[in-house]
Amino acid sequence: MSNVISKISLYAVLVIGALLSIFPFYWMFVMATNHNSVINSVPPAYLPGPELVTNFQNVLSNIDFFGAIGNSLIVATISTIGVLFLCSLAGFAFAKYHFKGKNLLFGLLLITMMVPPQLGLIPQYYIITQLGWLNDLKAVIVPGLIDAFGIFWMRQYISSNVPDELLDSAKIDGCSRIRVYWNIAVPIILPAFATLAIIKFMYMWNDFLWPLVVLRDESVHTIQIALRGLIDAYVKDNGMILSGTFWATIPLVLIFLLFNRLFISSLTQGAVKS
Amino acid sequence: MSAEAHSPKRWNEKRKESLSGYLFISPFFILFAIFGLFPMLFSFYLGFQRWNGLGEMEFVGFQNFVFVMEDPIFWKSLWNTIIMGVLGTVPQLIVAIFLAFALNSALVKFQSAFRAAFFLPYVTSTVAVAIIFGVMFSSQDFGLVNVFFNLLGLDSVNWQTNEWGVKIAIAVMVFWRWLGYNTIIYLAGMQGIPNDLYEAATIDGATVWQKIRFITIPMLRPIIIFTIFLSTIGSLQLFTEPLIFLGGNLREEGITVVLYLWREAFSNMAFGTASASAIILFLIIIVFATVNSLLANKVFK
Repeated sequence: MSNVISKISLYAVLVIGALLSIFPFYWMFVMATNHNSVINSVPPAYLPGPELVTNFQNVLSNIDFFGAIGNSLIVATISTIGVLFLCSLAGFAFAKYHFKGKNLLFGLLLITMMVPPQLGLIPQYYIITQLGWLNDLKAVIVPGLIDAFGIFWMRQYISSNVPDELLDSAKIDGCSRIRVYWNIAVPIILPAFATLAIIKFMYMWNDFLWPLVVLRDESVHTIQIALRGLIDAYVKDNGMILSGTFWATIPLVLIFLLFNRLFISSLTQGAVKS
Repeated sequence: MSAEAHSPKRWNEKRKESLSGYLFISPFFILFAIFGLFPMLFSFYLGFQRWNGLGEMEFVGFQNFVFVMEDPIFWKSLWNTIIMGVLGTVPQLIVAIFLAFALNSALVKFQSAFRAAFFLPYVTSTVAVAIIFGVMFSSQDFGLVNVFFNLLGLDSVNWQTNEWGVKIAIAVMVFWRWLGYNTIIYLAGMQGIPNDLYEAATIDGATVWQKIRFITIPMLRPIIIFTIFLSTIGSLQLFTEPLIFLGGNLREEGITVVLYLWREAFSNMAFGTASASAIILFLIIIVFATVNSLLANKVFK
């Protein structure tokens, strides 16, 4: 009997937790499909309404939604691919080669991982203006290539998964070092690529402060900055605002639901291991 | 082999290896020097200058630091940041331990479905979270939270202007977005705790609370300290939620330290005082992260 009670209370806790996690998504959908006047009445709408298309048309007349999604895709994709390459290359050197100052440089990286990004914000902004990169996607992509965690992660993974013997035998066969990296190491570390790619892509896709500072012009807004533009629109239309938020959120949610095991292990593993 | 080690060929090989090492790390380190290391160090220089971002810099000694330390709005922003941080993270970490404990129970079916549901908020961008909750915490009578309050017979709250209303609304956003993330981290740690311990405790007649208190929490200690460390750093950098929730007119009820420095730099064009406040924030983060980790270390012994 007590077993049944504890089982029921266990599920009660979990179901309440899950409902609280999911409810705001439902609420977002309810508002994205209702007219503003229905939302702004007492009691408000509790069920999805008929305005799905109209609200999204209003989004399109306020911001360049697809342009902003495109900018976010460009920024997140290029910096993710760049980080995978730069971090695995450097991580490979840190894991497998001996050179002077190696430990010092690696230690420097670890220390800077602890420094909050806001410390360098203003000089970074100054450098971007001096380079003439203000309102240019490069201003987000290029600094996005720096990822101290990525190097740390790659070094760990390569140290424990790429055997020295394999590299030595490839070298005896006359492979150049860059070929050893590319042909031997990279295929082995593909799982680490998947983890780092998910972490980096999500970070770049969701980043707000830095793009807000350097991407002022509407034509270069990422989706997060564009969403902020919806709030500042002249007429405060909650149906329209939540419609934009809904369509900006849903792609990532669907990808997550498809690959949720990989996402969860990647996004938490990274944190726990470091 | 040992004879070969001293031969010119072997020596040459070593040099080649170092050279490759430097070559492989150089693309990263060149970018890092320009966009990472230099800006951090240059902040310490800018903190002592008066500069509007365009004209000449002028050395002003500690004036910027004095200005910030004497600015009541800075202290207000620090107070707000700490309160919102405590409200958003302390209940969150406690609830996360219980959720993880429930999820880790052998009785539970659909574990992966629950995990996915709990983790979903973390995949949502902070901007989206702030927008959704901003509408729920609308100050109007039709805001969802106020509708609920009215049903309970309570008065509507002006969430966007009320001193505590702003803080609670923002703390709820932080709570919601990070709860599942920390739950999964705790769950990963709990799966490493041997089941025999719980079984032995059950035989001895331990209650659920006793199991959590005397088995789970001590075994999770390193992970708990780690999550406290991360939450401390994260909540001191709070920026997006209050900016979206309060809109363009940054009200004092919700200004945070990062908002303060952002406003100094990009609204007031006072890059010197902004840098000074960035340095102060950096020091505050070091102090809080150290103190909280040490405290956690003591408490969970």
